[in-house]
Amino acid sequence: MHPALQGLVTIVVGVGGCVGYFYLSNFLLDRFLLPARAYSAEESAARRRTGTIIVFLLPALLIAALYIAYFGLDGIFTSTGLFWLAIVLALIFGLWRLRDYVYGEGELTAGRNISHANMIRPWLFLLPAILALGLYLTYPVFETLRLSVTQRNFSTGSYDFVGLQNYAQMMDEPKFWEAMRNNMLWLIVVPALSTGFGLLVAQLTDRISWGNIAKMFIFMPMAISFVGASVIWKLVYDARPEGQGQIGILNALWVNLGGDPQNWLTLPFWNNFFLMAVLIWIQTGFAMVILSAALRGIPEETVEAAIVDGAGPFQIFFKIKVPQIVPTIVVVWTTITLVVLKVFDIVFAMTNGQWGTQVLANYMYSKLFTANDWGVGSASAMVIMLLVTPILVWNVRNARREMK
Amino acid sequence: MDNIAGTKSSLTWAVHLSVAFLVILWLFPTVGLFVSSFRTADQIATSGWWKAMFAAEQNLQLRTAGPDDQVQDGALYVIEGNVLEGSEAKGISAWGTSARDTQAYEPGETVELRDGSRMTLDGEGNYRLESDAPFEGRRGERVFATATVPPEFTLQNYRNMLFDPSNREGMTRAFFSTLTVTIPATIIPILIAAFAAYALAWMEFPGRALLIAAVVGLLVVPLQLALIPLLKFHNAIGIGKGYLGVWFAHTGFGLPLAIYLLRNYMVGLPRDIIENAKVDGATDFQIFTRIILPLSFPALASFAIFQFLWTWNDLLVAMVFLVDATGETTVMTKQIVELLGTRGGNWEILATAAFISMAVPIIVFFAMQRYLVRGLLAGSVK
Repeated sequence: MHPALQGLVTIVVGVGGCVGYFYLSNFLLDRFLLPARAYSAEESAARRRTGTIIVFLLPALLIAALYIAYFGLDGIFTSTGLFWLAIVLALIFGLWRLRDYVYGEGELTAGRNISHANMIRPWLFLLPAILALGLYLTYPVFETLRLSVTQRNFSTGSYDFVGLQNYAQMMDEPKFWEAMRNNMLWLIVVPALSTGFGLLVAQLTDRISWGNIAKMFIFMPMAISFVGASVIWKLVYDARPEGQGQIGILNALWVNLGGDPQNWLTLPFWNNFFLMAVLIWIQTGFAMVILSAALRGIPEETVEAAIVDGAGPFQIFFKIKVPQIVPTIVVVWTTITLVVLKVFDIVFAMTNGQWGTQVLANYMYSKLFTANDWGVGSASAMVIMLLVTPILVWNVRNARREMK
Repeated sequence: MDNIAGTKSSLTWAVHLSVAFLVILWLFPTVGLFVSSFRTADQIATSGWWKAMFAAEQNLQLRTAGPDDQVQDGALYVIEGNVLEGSEAKGISAWGTSARDTQAYEPGETVELRDGSRMTLDGEGNYRLESDAPFEGRRGERVFATATVPPEFTLQNYRNMLFDPSNREGMTRAFFSTLTVTIPATIIPILIAAFAAYALAWMEFPGRALLIAAVVGLLVVPLQLALIPLLKFHNAIGIGKGYLGVWFAHTGFGLPLAIYLLRNYMVGLPRDIIENAKVDGATDFQIFTRIILPLSFPALASFAIFQFLWTWNDLLVAMVFLVDATGETTVMTKQIVELLGTRGGNWEILATAAFISMAVPIIVFFAMQRYLVRGLLAGSVK
């Protein structure tokens, strides 16, 4: 089938499936499971009997049959078999509780049915999202953790537990420490300069007539892919041998100032900064947009009071405005930090980690898909996770505080 | 700050100038690539793109007319003409007859050639070849000239990369591949997230706060962790590498931001509307489809743009979950990375490929900037 057609079918099936699921599940809940009407004791007993079969017995048998068909009777007592047995038993127990919850005993009022339906409904709305988040984001965290302490055995296809050996192996590699050092450099330089430039542009464009147009152009790199940006900047950094006309603007300027043409991307250590420039170029627009909104939110009175007291423009900016937007600066800083921790495309496209520019995400990619070493690759992924965790905890705590 | 009392006007000028400087600094790299994509390989290789707007000196290889055009002038055999005929170049500043020394002579100089003939070439390109014996052979004399060529732009690069079916490096297939990845990967998460966001915003149930916290936490989980486990999972359930897998993956990775953005927006909708509808007997499903969804359009648009830009520009997820060894389904970002490896110096190819992939996001960006900004302001975790 042609991919475009397949895409169209997927959209129709996906969208139709989602809408159908939401509509049908709500319809079943309101019409058959818990209609908004009262039942006498006999009626509810009859419903309980049929409900036991339809809601509990049939699905439970189906699940059990699937389990046996997949694992067989011998497979139950392996570690995966027992793990899935626990899940199957939990599911069956859940069905039993659901039956109890839906089909009450004795006389039932309409109000009882409605309130019970309203307790079930949120979970119908949430189910696809919970499944997707669980499978695509939560499960991989634990699976990666497991893979990072195992070694793939290519002859048997099994995964043998090796403890922290992968981590030890990783720590012995100079490339890993190079990646760590570079990541730390990125973590300091990129958020600082992006936020700094963003704040500068936000403040400068605040009061000039063509400020919005200026902001639009500085914001534009946000729409450009990291790969596209890499091509753009590779042309900037392009080097021709001495004597030939330079076609990279940086070398053209450099030669004009009297220097020799340089291969910027192979200059040890400094090439990291030339890669960082690409990300700074992209992220400044983001910082600018958020900080510009924050600057506009500063109460006018505080600025006016400072002017009356004779403060100069620089004092107003550093002593009145910046202290009031510190929380927003922190948000921008952490968001860019997250981007930096995952930076992959730029390094992959421009140097692929050569000439001392390795970073963690690219190191991990080369371990996973070039060296095919899942153990060490997963271990380095866990290092990235570890670096992200403080921000994760901080975000969750903030979100919880805000909700109260 | 021109409206603040006591501010010197010199400062205002400094502000204008520094903003102009920053804007130029930010635009320069993109403009460079953009201009390069309209130049020929020769032009790119011989002069910087910033010279493309102006006439530039170039080394040209030209040829005089052949012996068929010779006329007899007394005892001499003569060929006359203009080497620049049919070309845009004018104003020769130096010339030569050997590839080793292309700038040997001044315009107007008369030189003796190896076969004993004499040649004169002036600054306008008019030449005169004289010889005592008849000219032989079929082809004219080679001439190397340094001449001024006016600026010239071409669409040939785009024709080659987009409409040439024999070009194996063409971007057409990759373009449609990217499109095929992007559209379902944008629409499906919106739908799933909208329902979940409604439940998290307007329904009361135990565990709600915990779920919201979990979504905020998942917002920052690096997708790098998911690569191997999910690839294993996709292989286990038999979808392997392909569009289906990449759609699922993008859906999963996009959901936390979608739920977070949409929930934050929906929570801010007026409570009265929803409660009135409930009093009138509307079910949650009806409230959601008839009231919440239409009112949430700005938030839906914000997320749609994010997800669109992210999936269109993505490299990693496509490489892991989609592009297989045959390369049939390669996306544009992947193809550009490959071109960077194999065609590192061919800027006319790279620039054109990059601009083909950047065109759609930039159009979307300029058309829907308002929603993008709104989404950014709502989406950065406060």
